[in-house]
Amino acid sequence: MDTFNTLLLGFISVVLVNNLVLTKFLGICPFLGVSGRIDMALGMGLAVTFVVTLSGTLTWLIDHLLLIGTPLEVTRYVCFILVIAGAVQLVEMYLRKFFPSLYDSFGIFLPLITTNCAILGLCLFINLWEVDSLLDAVVRSFGAGIGFTMAICIMAGIRENLNLADVPGCLKGAPITLITAGLLTLAFMGFAGMIR
Amino acid sequence: MTDKSTVPAGLYKDTLLAGLWRENPVFRLLLGMCPTLAVTAAVKPAFTMGCCVIFVLLCSNIVVSLMRNLLKPHLRILMFTLTIAAFVTIADLFLKAFQPMMSEVLGPYVPLIIVNCIIICRAEACASKNGLIVSIVDAVGMGIGFTLSLCVLASVRELLSTGAIFEVQILSLLKEGGWFVPWAAMSMPVGAFITLGLLLGLVNLVSKKGQLKG
Repeated sequence: MDTFNTLLLGFISVVLVNNLVLTKFLGICPFLGVSGRIDMALGMGLAVTFVVTLSGTLTWLIDHLLLIGTPLEVTRYVCFILVIAGAVQLVEMYLRKFFPSLYDSFGIFLPLITTNCAILGLCLFINLWEVDSLLDAVVRSFGAGIGFTMAICIMAGIRENLNLADVPGCLKGAPITLITAGLLTLAFMGFAGMIR
Repeated sequence: MTDKSTVPAGLYKDTLLAGLWRENPVFRLLLGMCPTLAVTAAVKPAFTMGCCVIFVLLCSNIVVSLMRNLLKPHLRILMFTLTIAAFVTIADLFLKAFQPMMSEVLGPYVPLIIVNCIIICRAEACASKNGLIVSIVDAVGMGIGFTLSLCVLASVRELLSTGAIFEVQILSLLKEGGWFVPWAAMSMPVGAFITLGLLLGLVNLVSKKGQLKG
């Protein structure tokens, strides 16, 4: 029961309180660029969730089995980025072989996930938060993906309505999206302090 | 595309200035948004971040430009990323050794330079197609443009959240007998998003005015 509580708290903390997009500013590029339509945003979010869970788990394993306490620790970033690139490639190959229709609908988003800050950021944050059990690392990685999906879908929903709004000329496009995101983070600040 | 020997003299200046205003990475290309928003709560970390990015951008542009003829197209991006990761590790270890306080403040945002879109974009768009000197000039221009934008954003936020710029008190605070009430929200994510949004709007407005005149 105790472990379950820790896991649940870790999950909620990474989805709501430490949401990667809205409080850590990670994955802003797809947040601003892609999130024009809810279905696209959902697809992107799910792809990211999958890759982030996979690479979060793998990097935790590599970090704890190979790197910590050895001179190899300096190669941490190189290892992490290789794992992420590998995971993305793996997902791409798997989808192309077994789910071609899903693969087609992701299109260019899949390879772009490699340079999505949210993924590398989560791997680094797991290292920084000193997560010490594999299960915890898996749950938090999955939570980070869910948090990303939630943020990007909320934003897509707002932007669909924003197209109809009368926005001053110089604020059209990215500026008004950023301001909207600012108001959204204000709402999410309400969760701060709920959990450490 | 152009070889070093056939480059017209104006190109270097043009490349340098492009990074500063016309193709400013933050305000025009909207690249590298994550560090832009995350480290600009005060000018000092923003400036340090800018310097790290200049270093990494310069080194990776040099290396990519030198090995541009050896690259296989499908391994290109992977090679870029690995080169960048190596230089980011150097920058990170340097900060940890000589600026431990700054390293603490910047935290994971230093290693996140690896996935900063500016660097990979310059490697792809400039260094992998141009000679060494053009790549160096481009890296310096883009790097300075990035650092300047970061510092502008950070100045606004630091001024409004603490009444100081670069830790020098400019507005006298209410609790010290002055008049200025700090805006706490400015140092939080809200401040980052809204300030950047308004600054982008301002840049759009200014460049539109410029176009009408010219």
